[in-house]
Amino acid sequence: MFAQEFAQHLVDGLIVGAIIALPALGLTLIFSVLGFANFALAAHATLGAYAAYWVNVSFGWPIAAGLLAAFVAAGALGLATDAVALKRLRQRGGADTALTVAIVSIALNIALESVARFFFGNDLRSYNLPILRDIRVGQIHVNPQQLENLFLALAVMALLFAFFGMTRAGKAMRAVADNPDLARLKGIAPERVARAAIFAGMGLAGVGGMLIGLDASIDPLTGGRILLTVFAASVVGGLTSIPGAVAGAFLIGVAEELALIVIAPTYKSAIGFVAIVITLALRPQGLFGRPRA
Amino acid sequence: MPSYLAFIATFAGIYALLALSLITVWGQAGMVNLGLAGFFALGAYSSALLTIKAGWPIALGWLAAIAVAGLAGGIVTWATRSMRGDYLAIVTLGFAEAVRLVAVNETWLTRGSDGVSGIQGPFKTALGDGFNVFYLGLTWALVLTAWLIVRRLCASPFGRVLRAIRDDDEVAGVAGKPVLRFKLQAFALGAGFAGLAGALYAHFTSYIAPDLFTPLITIYIFLAATAGGYTRPAGAVIGALLVMSFLEGTRFVAGWIPGVSALQTSALREFVIAIALIVILQIRPDGLLPERIRAAPRADRSPT
Repeated sequence: MFAQEFAQHLVDGLIVGAIIALPALGLTLIFSVLGFANFALAAHATLGAYAAYWVNVSFGWPIAAGLLAAFVAAGALGLATDAVALKRLRQRGGADTALTVAIVSIALNIALESVARFFFGNDLRSYNLPILRDIRVGQIHVNPQQLENLFLALAVMALLFAFFGMTRAGKAMRAVADNPDLARLKGIAPERVARAAIFAGMGLAGVGGMLIGLDASIDPLTGGRILLTVFAASVVGGLTSIPGAVAGAFLIGVAEELALIVIAPTYKSAIGFVAIVITLALRPQGLFGRPRA
Repeated sequence: MPSYLAFIATFAGIYALLALSLITVWGQAGMVNLGLAGFFALGAYSSALLTIKAGWPIALGWLAAIAVAGLAGGIVTWATRSMRGDYLAIVTLGFAEAVRLVAVNETWLTRGSDGVSGIQGPFKTALGDGFNVFYLGLTWALVLTAWLIVRRLCASPFGRVLRAIRDDDEVAGVAGKPVLRFKLQAFALGAGFAGLAGALYAHFTSYIAPDLFTPLITIYIFLAATAGGYTRPAGAVIGALLVMSFLEGTRFVAGWIPGVSALQTSALREFVIAIALIVILQIRPDGLLPERIRAAPRADRSPT
């Protein structure tokens, strides 16, 4: 009986982890290239979910089109908000720039959330999806929609890794993340890479928001609710490590679901906080990070 | 109308205390506390529960609120002692969420989302109608005290070390200052102010619930601190008054806009607050009262 419960939570956790991995990758990407934590990621995830909803429900297009819409809309919004609110500050330089930009990004998050609330209200909205029966494998229940979400998340991750490993732009991005000064010496324009990182990072957040919406429903707080979990995944991964963010996301996803065996569901979001504190205490450089000198 | 104004002015005083907390922690020591709402809630719950459940006198409850919030602040700083400032920001954000979760879930202690009601006000029955005015005076007396403490602190060698840490903690460390101890003290003091603000809030409204301590409060206070000038204690007080007048003023303006629901009005208000914070940080990050930096002594007068 316990083994079955354990296995069920493990499977759920892996599915959640795969979805969380996308915004966590976005956060990590932006942090490693631009050097600050962008809290507005949450609102971009929400907007991506609404963009996919619009395409799916108003036009009746399939989920794959919605996914593209979520990515492009959130990515484009990321570029726009950066140009309007963050760019001047982050280019200023100085000791506490990263913190000032982080504060601005929180304000930005609230501004965008209130825009969503103004136009869409607090109502829960659901995508236009066929209702499917759970598949049973042994004693474990899985909904086909969850499997599709898992597949979509893994496909987006595979594309991202191919981008980093095989394309020039992807390599340039990794170079800037690793050492901005050295990258500039080699003729990589940092501002162009920064824009690419923002577009891709926020786009990933948008897709993540959509996948969460597919699993449940969307409202103006869709992204805000997962912000702490996403941060936890990224911090556990070391905040600058791309594979670390994925591993961190799976770890947090599984931990959150397995914890349900012993704690009340309402405490689930505390797992992320606990994971952050434990990581900072025991291994601040993250799972795969090198200790800082 | 006068009682409404007294009510608002008391809230403005509570915001001023919270802003003074930010001035100390962020303006002087350069640490960002994104979990201000959490420390505020911690103070409110500590004092409310100790006076109701343990029967402590109100004054003792307030002292406990300061102590509990200050201690929590110290622990958070200690836990992130070897990290960059971003990590402290993330941990404080998580801390506020953890406080909210405990307040929602531990119903045996906090009565969950129903909240704690029947929190006693000091001399409330004896004063009757005069209570609001009395409390207004009490609040602002405490604001004045906190303001004097922070001002004294800023001018003292302690404040100078904090600003040195803010500008570059490695340099401060090389100069022989125990950076961690200074950071701990500054954060604990700031968190203590936030705890006191929470206690004042709880015993004024007599009712607290987890929903009252949203992250939005943290944004209000950041706006108050930056609008006034986040390095100067007077800036905190001015900023708090500005934000409170704006929040209350928009209540009336909102009534004049036709065809906008209550939900949309509150969304608009949050939008304007958030945009104001962004604009101020872009255009005038020093606020109304910029930091006064004393000129270095001239070379020819220096002792040889």
